[in-house]
Amino acid sequence: MRYIIVLIVWAVGFAAQAQDWEDQQRFGPQTDQPPLRVLSSTDTDLFAPVVDSFLAASPGVSIEYLVTSTASLDRIFRAAPDQYDVVISSAMDLQLKLANDGFARRLDGLDHPDWAEWRNSLFAFTQEPAAIVVNRAAFEGAAIPQTRQDLIETLRADPDRFRGRLGTYDVRQSGLGYLFATQDARASETYWRLMEVMGGLQTRLYCCSGDMIDDLADGSIAVAYNVLGSYAVARDDISDRIHVILPSDFPTTMMRTALVSGSTTQPDLAEAFVAHLISTQSQGGENTPLPPLKSGEENAGKAIITLEPALMTYLDAQKRRVFLREWENAMIQSP
Amino acid sequence: MSDPLRVSGSLRNRLALILIGGAAILALFLVLLVRSYAAQIAQQGQDQVLGASVTSILDTAIIQDGQVEVDFPYSALSMLSTPSDDRVFHAIYQDDTLLSGYASLTRDATRAPALPAYATAEIMGTAVRRASASRTLIGADQRTTITVIVAQTQDALSGTLNRISRTVAGFGIGFFLLATALALWASSSTIGQLQRLTQSVTKRGPQDLRPFDKPVPTEMVPLVSSLNTLMGRLDQSLNRSEDFIAEAAHRVRTPLATVRSHAEAMLQRVGREENRATVRSMMRAIDESSRAAGQLLDHAMITFRADHLERDTFDLVELVQDLVVRLTPVAELKDVTVRLDGPEPVVISGDAILVQNAVRNILDNALKYAPGDSLVLVRVTNTPTPQVVVVDEGQGFPHAQIDTLADRFTRGDNAAGTIGSGLGLTIAQDVAEAHGGILDLSNRPEGGACVTLSF
Ligand SMILES: Nc1ncnc2c1ncn2[C@@H]1O[C@H](COP(=O)(O)OP(=O)(O)OP(=O)(O)O)[C@@H](O)[C@H]1O
Ligand SMILES: [Mg+2]
Repeated sequence: MRYIIVLIVWAVGFAAQAQDWEDQQRFGPQTDQPPLRVLSSTDTDLFAPVVDSFLAASPGVSIEYLVTSTASLDRIFRAAPDQYDVVISSAMDLQLKLANDGFARRLDGLDHPDWAEWRNSLFAFTQEPAAIVVNRAAFEGAAIPQTRQDLIETLRADPDRFRGRLGTYDVRQSGLGYLFATQDARASETYWRLMEVMGGLQTRLYCCSGDMIDDLADGSIAVAYNVLGSYAVARDDISDRIHVILPSDFPTTMMRTALVSGSTTQPDLAEAFVAHLISTQSQGGENTPLPPLKSGEENAGKAIITLEPALMTYLDAQKRRVFLREWENAMIQSP
Repeated sequence: MSDPLRVSGSLRNRLALILIGGAAILALFLVLLVRSYAAQIAQQGQDQVLGASVTSILDTAIIQDGQVEVDFPYSALSMLSTPSDDRVFHAIYQDDTLLSGYASLTRDATRAPALPAYATAEIMGTAVRRASASRTLIGADQRTTITVIVAQTQDALSGTLNRISRTVAGFGIGFFLLATALALWASSSTIGQLQRLTQSVTKRGPQDLRPFDKPVPTEMVPLVSSLNTLMGRLDQSLNRSEDFIAEAAHRVRTPLATVRSHAEAMLQRVGREENRATVRSMMRAIDESSRAAGQLLDHAMITFRADHLERDTFDLVELVQDLVVRLTPVAELKDVTVRLDGPEPVVISGDAILVQNAVRNILDNALKYAPGDSLVLVRVTNTPTPQVVVVDEGQGFPHAQIDTLADRFTRGDNAAGTIGSGLGLTIAQDVAEAHGGILDLSNRPEGGACVTLSF
């Protein structure tokens, strides 16, 4: 019997180990103490400063930081919630559903503004608008569009210049892309018209922001729609080649959220970590490349996606099927 | 004298306890009632939102190209947002198959209500309120029933209920405190009537047996009237015995006087010394009896008048002066000088006949027990209280007996040779007490008795 348990434990451990991570790093001293396992969709270099400052304040603690895409993060975590202590993702809808399904631990000791938390178990710590990012060279001599409507007109005015040189998330693969798309569609009809036009110009579809920004930097594409502005701004090396536009008609703003696994084995440490994360970020997030969480007054009038159960609407299989069908109809047109 | 009464509980406590207990039960009942009513209303509120959510999802169900499609609005779930961030679950069924949502929200196969039906259920270990409704879709060649279930936890609801409960409990406690204060007030004011009666009974003098004539509450009428009857009977029987004594004394005195005059006449005629001695001692016994009868009569009269004291104002000096004049013949017989010292009038209010009787007995004693050729001084003053002081030059009161001489029928050792009944000081003392005063007996250091009658 004991052998079987050992075998299972080993197998589960191995399965976790064998996971194909985008990135996997260990911070802090090498101790016997099990590390705090943070499952995240945020690139390591964006997050490392927060981890470092946390470790500086709590000696003897180590952190294992595991990065994967939002969609697979949801899948991995649901499969083994006891393997991870903290879950961080930009897909607010998936995170909210995790909390709604009882995967998150209530952290009643944390004090966070009401609009930036849900059920004391899901805590927002950044605020990042979806941006239109353009290659400066491609718009040499032309006016840079400021709204989605501008972009539609620019594309219509000179379709040949942009054919095959547009990029956006493949919402079928990217959780964040799907969140931005559904929120855009909810906000305005303009979204569908833009998708029609982009679909007609053989838009390239990306799984992740990184690839899209790379292609934009080297000029492979001229316009990337619904990219995380923060990712583009964080890339110092290409800042002279790209231009980030926050569409002024309706900026869709996402909040990155963190939760503590309901079946964590280190609840106190995990809570301390989240407390550190949100307090750093609420105080302006200095020394971290992560965009800070602004105060309630600063956000007045901004379209921040609300942390509410309605976020789960588009996760419904029926809704998703209908939405993806429409999206595919608009986006994937034979040339 | 009387045994201590056995006490069984307190009327006021019992009354207060009943009232307070009643108030407590009423308050509790009120709190429970309002709470359950509030719970019902709060639950109705949640049900309405859940029902609206179900309906708005169900309304979007259509058959498109032979396939069911439910493109429900964002508002269907966003209307379920609560301040407590309640968890929300939904499920959409086509006939028996789950189209989307939570499989743990199972469909009630037996019922497919068109209007939302509500129930309390459990999903994933938490209690939820669920609403469900169905709609039949008719396509080109099919007929299918769509069932939508929406469920929500009840954190906000229980928060509201807790708040309401606290408020209602506050009101309940307030009501109870108020009722308690009222109960205490009511019981003490009820018992106040009894206390007032008790006080007026206690305040009465020992001889006051008049009926109570102050108004009393209806409930106390039987008690007070039987008390009055009792006192009436007591008064009557007292009066009757006083009357009887007076009557008896009177009836004895008259024949005694006759007998005495016969004895006197006989003394004139009897010649032999031993027979004369017999007649003399006979006459002495007659004198004793007649004196006793007289004093008894006075005493009865005094007791009666003291019970129904009538007060007039009169000058004490004048009264004493009168008596002194009347007693002068007796005094002269003994060569005793009675001197009155009353420079200014001392006006008191009381029964002049009683006071006269008292002073007469005191003066009578002074003349009786003082030696011949001596001085009896009578002083009437107003300070510190209105008083009459009689001082003589005799032997004074026997020391050992001074405290008991005013008791009925008590005579001192020094009284052996004198005629008397032992009632004189008793009468003086009763009169003093009837007027709220005292009789004080003492001996002067230089010899002689000093009797002070003060009012
Ligand atoms: N002035 C006095 N001097 C001395 N002894 C007195 C004096 N007055 C009273 N006594 C004593 O007090 C006793 C009680 O007095 P009290 O007047 O009550 O009775 P009494 O004089 O004996 O009888 P009576 O009822 O006829 O007056 C007397 O018997 C006497 O011993
Ligand atoms: Mg006498």
